[in-house]
Formats: sequence, structure tokens, C-alpha cells
Amino acid sequence: MLREARFRDDKEFSGCSIFGMMNVRGERFNGEPVITAIANMKERSNGLGGGFAAYGIYPQYAELYCFHMMYDHQGAKEETEEFFRSRFEVEGAEVIPIRECEGVDDPPLLWRYFLRPRENLVCSEEDTDDFVVQAVMHVNVKIEGAFVFSSGKNMGVFKGVGFPEDIGRFFRLEEYEGYTWVAHGRFPTNTQGWWGGAHPFNILDWSVVHNGEISSYGINRRYLEMFGYICTLHTDTEVIAYGVDLLLRRHGLSIRDMARIFAAPLWTEIDRMPPREREVHTALRQTYGSLLLNGPFSVIISNRHQMIGLTDRIRLRPLVAGRNGDFMYISSEEAPIHLVDDTLRETWIPQGGEPIVAELRKAAEEPEEAGAQVITIPATDRA
Amino acid sequence: MRIDVDHHAGLPGVFVRVDGKVKINARHMHYRELNNMVKAAASEGVEEIVLENVYGQRYIGSGIRRPVRIVVHGVPGNDLGAFMDGPRITVDRNAQDGVGNTMNSGLIVVHGRAGDIVAMGMRGGKIFIRDGVGYRAAIHMKEYRKFRPILVIGGDTQDFLGEYMAGGLVIVLGLKGKGRRKVKFNARHIGTGMHGGTIFLRGEVEDHQLGKEAAAVPATEEDKDFIRPFVEEYAGYFGANAAEIMGSDFLKVYARSHRPFGGLYAY
Amino acid sequence: MKSYLLPQFLVDRDDYRCIRCEVCVRQCAFDVHWYDGEEDAVFADESKCVGCLRCVTLCPTNALVVRHNPTQHPPNANWTKEVLQNIYKQAETGGVLLTGMGCDKPYPIYWDRIVLDASQVTNPSIDPLREPMELRTYLGAKPDALKIGGKEGKLSLETRITPQLKLETPIMFSAISYGAISYNACESLARAAAEAGTYYNTGEGGLHRNLYKYGDHTICQVASGRFGVHADYLEVAAALEIKIGQGAKPGIGGHLPGEKVSAEISRTRMIPKGTDALSPAPHHDIYSIEDLAQLIYALKEATHWEKPVSVKIAAVHNSAAIASGMVRAGADIIALDGIRGGTGAAPTMIRDNVGIPIELALAAVDDRLRQEGIRNRASIVVAGGIRSSADVVKAIALGADAVYIGTAALVALGCHVCQKCYTGKCNWGIATQDPYLSKRLNPEVGARRLVNLLNAWSHEIMEMLGGMGINAIESLRGNRLRLRGVGLTQEELDILGIKHAGA
Repeated sequence: MLREARFRDDKEFSGCSIFGMMNVRGERFNGEPVITAIANMKERSNGLGGGFAAYGIYPQYAELYCFHMMYDHQGAKEETEEFFRSRFEVEGAEVIPIRECEGVDDPPLLWRYFLRPRENLVCSEEDTDDFVVQAVMHVNVKIEGAFVFSSGKNMGVFKGVGFPEDIGRFFRLEEYEGYTWVAHGRFPTNTQGWWGGAHPFNILDWSVVHNGEISSYGINRRYLEMFGYICTLHTDTEVIAYGVDLLLRRHGLSIRDMARIFAAPLWTEIDRMPPREREVHTALRQTYGSLLLNGPFSVIISNRHQMIGLTDRIRLRPLVAGRNGDFMYISSEEAPIHLVDDTLRETWIPQGGEPIVAELRKAAEEPEEAGAQVITIPATDRA
Repeated sequence: MRIDVDHHAGLPGVFVRVDGKVKINARHMHYRELNNMVKAAASEGVEEIVLENVYGQRYIGSGIRRPVRIVVHGVPGNDLGAFMDGPRITVDRNAQDGVGNTMNSGLIVVHGRAGDIVAMGMRGGKIFIRDGVGYRAAIHMKEYRKFRPILVIGGDTQDFLGEYMAGGLVIVLGLKGKGRRKVKFNARHIGTGMHGGTIFLRGEVEDHQLGKEAAAVPATEEDKDFIRPFVEEYAGYFGANAAEIMGSDFLKVYARSHRPFGGLYAY
Repeated sequence: MKSYLLPQFLVDRDDYRCIRCEVCVRQCAFDVHWYDGEEDAVFADESKCVGCLRCVTLCPTNALVVRHNPTQHPPNANWTKEVLQNIYKQAETGGVLLTGMGCDKPYPIYWDRIVLDASQVTNPSIDPLREPMELRTYLGAKPDALKIGGKEGKLSLETRITPQLKLETPIMFSAISYGAISYNACESLARAAAEAGTYYNTGEGGLHRNLYKYGDHTICQVASGRFGVHADYLEVAAALEIKIGQGAKPGIGGHLPGEKVSAEISRTRMIPKGTDALSPAPHHDIYSIEDLAQLIYALKEATHWEKPVSVKIAAVHNSAAIASGMVRAGADIIALDGIRGGTGAAPTMIRDNVGIPIELALAAVDDRLRQEGIRNRASIVVAGGIRSSADVVKAIALGADAVYIGTAALVALGCHVCQKCYTGKCNWGIATQDPYLSKRLNPEVGARRLVNLLNAWSHEIMEMLGGMGINAIESLRGNRLRLRGVGLTQEELDILGIKHAGA
């Protein structure tokens, strides 16, 4: 399959634009503004990859895992569907609606499935997540010509080779409504034209879009391998996604601790902290030094509750945040935020390594969590 | 909910002449198209070019060598005024990264904030930013003979202000919030690698916030007389009270040496 | 018996330049030079010359040149000059061939077959002179995961972090005992380690009382001879190191001859003056891996679990499996010493034929510990042939946490690698207990030279890191993608876990 690197590069490099938009009340809106915003940063991508993640788009199937599939050929589809039937109740299967679009060529077969893990195969919820992750790994590694590019609940990733706005039109995203949208325009430095290589990278309901190159990729990857993560895509984005899964889901750390690991404060700053804080920060760097993401990056990490923006610790990649009422924005550049929200006046630039966390006030599909938490905004440079 | 982002668009590229001025609706225009129009108008001798609905178009003001006035309504894209030699640009909202990159002469006035690397490698002209700026402002700013760049920042800055700075003048007023009171600066690594030029800070910094190549002393009355005209110019653009600002104590940051790395090598 | 040995070196003296100052005469502990008053000339007995270049370096008029004796034996690829001379020496003495310093045979030096990466365009190189660049390294066991309690602003660490050594640069001074080197050399190392924020290692010779004040920067070794190991010694150390073996002489013990056991050494090693100090080949309380665990925990218990415990082994064929056992036995730090590691005295045949290059051992150990998911449970320190900052960077990228330098540190103090440490006549005042010689090394100057070396290497490491777009050493550690091999076989590349240049 094309995902086996055509070139023997250590990994793919890419520059990029990223944009995220969230309604913190969980009110759903169409894909139009996000397409417009990412198109506005066209100079940052080169037509070799674009993609979107949208949360809240399948409310009628909110309890089911939705797998978005790319197939290179009919045989891969048949094999995958047989595998699905052996592990899941397949509650729905359909072609992902598309429209012909100039600049988007040679798409693979695109299907989506709404799946419920067979009850006799899983016991707890965590168990279910692991079960789904294993199913994703199985398809992606074992079935030639098949690729799961989205596997969360009530969310979906749409991506491919092309400029992001063309990919957005291709997938008819203006027809979907979600409460969080994240977009990515890609500028890879090689011409590998594999649709699965575009961002966002997704596992369960975690999605990552990313700008920059991680100079520490080699050790980040070797560290994650110790915990059983197999990096097959040769992208920085993949190690970020697995790092998020390890730190938040498996090690139970907070988002701020994750930021302290990915974009650790300098030792000179840690040395000046009060004793308890210093102890925590020192232990984090000692223990998770191999997960420091060294080199330029800005990233938007999202799940069904949150949208998190983060840059490297000396801010070698740009990130701007904005807020207007219930809408939160995170973007590589400021202009597209104003472009899609002309009444917005509050934007700010976070410090390097300081996370911007937008959280749902009320999870749209889980009303029992109402009033959980509001947005955290660091008090930095609010102009 | 359906969001329509095009309600304020108007017709793109419309070019109107009024009283020796030119107005361009930049909506939906690629930067090359827009800048070509601006350059054409400038070469015709137009005195003022007003750009409306600017959203992220890059390099505005680049490649023009006349002192034409360019008024930007909107958020200009990266590298505003890069390599610029003459024009006078006003922006009514925030600016992005790279304002005045390697600028040679002219003026940029931003009625808002600017992003990272403002005045990078700037060699001449003036930049006034009403609010704060991002990382690495005035990085490698330099001066040469009659060229002496001046950057005045009304708000705060983020880290690495004046990194590698080799010449020129930076004034950071630390005005913040509605009261526009004096701030304690949070920026770290100020003047790291600095080997020329001067930074004036209206506010406090602790020693650890300075790069090891930079030193700070309280500004003297003479120093303050020197920067007063630039603060007055700032106040003129943005309506601040220059006398009140100049009533505060300033800190003067300068390079410890013009050759900070002379001892690094084994010959 | 008439000796058939040829002088190893010839001493050329320019009589026109020579001013008869007799510096050479006074400087040579091997008694090569003498002044003949009647002839007003200086002569040399070249058979005694070891090529340490002390006389050449100090001659005020550059009148001396010491060169290899160019005399050739009959050409023979098999029976070389070195082989023949060794046989003559043994036929004349009946002794085991002895030598000093590290293996000088031309085994592949993999450091010189590995090149580094740098950033171009897709990520920026970082300018280490102006941007922060972090070399700080912590050695010791790290937990698999952390648990952090409390709220933002009042965080609390709920996982206990075991004791760590904090290094401001990932370079330490290898174990070299007081006995093998002079007190002044030990003091130079101690002062330099303290000033540079790193550590030196006592070796197995105990710790002189005067150096206790540098205890916070001292790794105290516990070797098979247990010389000078007592409660104060364990107490004062920053860390303890169990020495199982060393790269220069894997599998064999040591022997400090009685004539070197001076009053001071006697006091430090806690053995009677003038007796031989014998280090057994194995620890006689370690005949198996569980015994190593017993000793590790004995040391931890004796020091209230306040210090990391390192275990040092010579790099041998099964280093990977051995290292895995060591980690499971509770070692916080694994020190690996390769075939090029130095010594004050070792049998030549052992030094030159036993053990494996450190690069291969390091790669194998790091890989194995990762495969077993226990790499975080111990730090890896490598020794044996680290010659430059580039070697340090390559070692760390292969997977080391830090390096030990021994020979390079002694060279900084003046050593010219003549390999005659075992004679005790070191003209540079390093490998000697003769007060007349050792006072040539001023500890203040020695410490300055060592600190200069560490500073210079640290700068160079920062430059290389910056070039790779990395600003913290932990992002280089084990990051083998930043390495490429040049002229290596596929098997070598596979063991090193790197690709060939161009791939």
C-alpha cells in the first residue's frame, strides 16, 4: 500500500496551517467558516494535503464508533467488512458523500461504518477503547489496501490530497454541523500522494493537526515503542497522538502536565520555582524527557470535550487564539479568525509551551456533565 | 446554526479614486493581485492608497520605493513592509508576524498588536505598535551610518526581545489594559546575544530576564530626553499622554560588549 | 644477558641550539639524558626513552626532537617489529607483558564511521549562543509513569523519584584510583568536577581525607579489593559504583605494587605501607546476578537509600543480557567501558584482545533495555575511547545518558599517552607517587585545564545540538535518526541501529 513510504525517509516533513473553532456551549454549526479560514492561509500549504475533524456531526449515532475508511480496491473493502462483522455489530455502512471537485484527483474508495463492539468480546469501557484501537491497528497493519482514518464516536475526520478548501468541498462539509471543527492545510516536502498521510491524525476521538517538524522525533518514537505503540506513518503527528494517548488516557496526567512534558519549561525557570512546583517539574522532565517535543511545532489536539492549542517551548511556530462569546478559535495566523468572525475583538498570543484549553461548558451529547468547566485562558498578552 | 462568512464582502478588487486617493477592496484577493494594484497606484504617483477588507494578504508595502501612504483596514498578513523602502503604512487592527522584516526606511503604525519577529533585521525607518508584540521583537535589528531603525511598542513583549540586537532603538512602554498602567515585564531572554543598540523599558525586569550579553541600568534624564520625541510621536498616533508616560522611570538595556563571543574559539 | 631490544625512540639533539641548561636532564625520570662536564655536552641513553616528550616540550631552545626508531626488521607482515620486540622482552625477563592506557590496536573506531545530521529549512537550527541550550542530565532510575496530585498552583508529586545525580554537562571523569595517579591529579579532577557541576570517580583506591570536601561531586567506587571502603567513604559520596570490570582488562583483577603504597596511600586505602594492594578478579561476594543484587541493596541500605548505585562492567560479548540483569538487580546506572578504555597497568595481551568496542555494546544495551521496556529504570554511562565532543554527541544519540572520560582528562592534564603509567615514573606528574614528579602538576592549574576542556566540549555539544534543531540533550538521547553510518556493513548498521549515509 502507498502508506509504505515510497521514499525511505526517516519521516515526512511538512510545513502547514492549522485552524480550530469551537462552540463551548456545544451548539453545532456548519463547516463553511472553517473551510473559509483554512483557505485564507493557502500560502502555508501546497496542495498536497488537507483535512478536517468535526465533532458532533453524527448525533443520531452518538453511541457508535464511526469508522471512516479508505480502500484502494474492492478486495480490501470486502476483507475489512468481513473483519468488522467478526468484531462488531455493523449498524450502518455507506459511501461517504462526495462531489467532484477540481484539484482533488484519484480519491480512494471512501466508506463509513457505524460500529458497536460485540458484547461478548468486551467488558468495560476502557476495554472497549482498547478493543477499538486494536481493531484500527489490525486493519491498518494487516489488511492491504485498507486504512481507518477516523474511529471516534459522533465525530469524523475528512482528509485527502489537495488544498484543504477543495477537500472540504469534495466532502461536502458545508452540509455537516458540528460544535468543534479543526482543519489543516499541508505543505509536505515530498510528493507522496497518499490520502491517509494528510492531517488530522485520529485515534478514537483524539485528533491532532500539527505545524512544524519535531527534531526529537527519533527518540519520541523509540520511547513510545517501549509502551507498545507502533509508529507506521512516519509523521510527527502520529507520535504526538500516541503521546497524548499515553499521558492522558494511560498515565492519567492532566492536560497541563502534558504541556509541561511536550513543551517543558527550561531548567533555569524550574530552578526558580517554589520547592513543590520545582519538584513536580523536575520529576516530569526526568521521567518524560524522551517525550519532550523538541523543535518547532504548533498543534491543535482535540477530543469530544476539548480543543487544546500548544506551541513548542521557545515558540518557533505561531499560534493565535481568539474568543467571541461562545466561540473559541485557535489558528496559525490571526487574519482568518477575523475573517470568519468579524465582530470578534479578543485575540491573544500564548506564551511558548503554554496550552490554550477550550472546554465544552456542557457536553452536547452528555448532558449529565453540564456545567463541568469553563474555558481556561492564560493571562498572557491579552491585547 | 449556519454561519455565512461572506456577508461583509463587497466586490473584490474594486478600485475607486477619490481626491487623489485610491481605494481597493482587498476581499478575496490574492496578495500578488493586491500588491500589483498597490504598486501600480504608487508608481502613478498616488499619494494615499486605502485597502479595505484586508485579511492576511502578505508583503503589503514591499517593493515600493516612494513615500506613499498606505492605509490598511483589516488584518494584514505576514511580512508587512518586508524590505520596505519608503512607504508609510497605517493598520487599523492587529498585524501578524514579520512586521518590518529587513525594512530599510519608511513608517509602519499598527493600531493594535503585532505578532512575532517585529522589526527583524530592520535597518532603518520607524515602527509604532500601539499594543504588545510576540516573540523575538527587534531580533538582529541593526544600524549603519545614517540608517537607524526605531521601534516603539506600547504594550508588553514576549520572550527574546532584542535577540542578537546589533543597533537601533527599541522603546517598550508597557502600557496595559484600560488604565494603561505600567507593567512588570514577563519577557525572558531580553537582549540575549545583544551586541549593539539600545532598549528602553518602562517598567521592571529582574536580572534573570536579561540575556547574559545584556546589561540594564536606570535611564538618566539625558536618556529620557533622547527618547522623548519618539514617545511623543507614539502618543500622537494613539492618543496617549506622553508627559505622563515620560514621568515614569525607564530602564536602559545595552550590550555589554560589541564582541560578546570573542573568547569562544581556540585558535 | 645481553638485551636484543632496539630503542623504541631516537633522541636528536641540535648541538647548536642546546644551551646546556640541563632541563632535560632534570625532567627525565627515566634517566635518558645526562650532562658531561668535561665535554660540555648533553648525551642520551635512547634505550630508556619512553617517548613522553616531557624534555621536548620543556626544552627552552627547541633543541630536541624525539622520533620513532626507523630501524626496520626484515619485512614481514606476520612477524612485525612489535611482535618480535615483545618476544625478545619476554625471553629476557620471563614476564607478562605490561602496558598502560587503552588498547592501541586499529580496531574499527565506529565514532569515525558515524556522521551527524543538521537542520536545513524544514526545521530551524537553533543558535546556541543566544537561545537556551540545555545539557543538564540526571542519572538514576526513572519511574515508568508519574502520578501528580493537587490542583494547579498547588501541585504535589505522588510518585517517589529515587536519588539522582545532577550533571550540568553529560561528561564525567572516569574511575582512576589514587595510586594509579598522584594526589595532585586526583585533586585536579575533584576540583574540576565540582566547578563544572559534574562528577569524578575515585576508582578503587579510596578517597583521600583532603578531598572529602568535594564529596558532592564524587562517585565512590566499591571494587573487589574494597580498599578504603568504610562508612565515611560511603557517606561522603554523591553516588556509589560497584566495579565489576573495566574495558582495559575485562575479567582480571589489579595489582598496585607495594613500592607505590606510600604513607598517604596506605592511609587512604587502609592497608599497611609497602604491601601489595591486590584487587581480585571477581568480587568474592558476587558469583552470580542475585549476588550483585545483594551487594547493590547492601550499599543502598548502608547509605539509607539516599544515593544512586552504579554498576560498571567491561563491554563484552553478552553485554546486553548482562545489562538487563543488572537493571533488574537494582542498578540505577549502568556504566559500560569499551575495549579502548584506559588503565594504569594491564597485561598487554588482555588489553589488546579482550572486550568489544563501546559503540556496539552501547547500541546493543540500549536496544535490549528498550525491547524489555526497562530503559527508564537505569541510566547508561559509557566509557572507553571518548576523544572529543563529537564522540560524546554520537554516544548520546546512540543511547547513552552521559559519558565518562579518563584518557582525555589525563591528556588535558599533560599526559602524552606514552603508555608507561605502570612504571610510576610519569614525567608529567600524573601516574606517579614520586613527590618530586607529582609536584609538577599544580592542582589549581590542572583543574583549570580540565574545566576549560569541559567548557569547550560543552560549547561544541551545544553547537551540534543547535545544528540539529534541538535545545535539550534529552531530545538527542537515543535519537538515532540523527546519525548515519559511512562505510559500514549492513550488519554493523543493524547493530548500531542506524542507516547508511544517503539513505
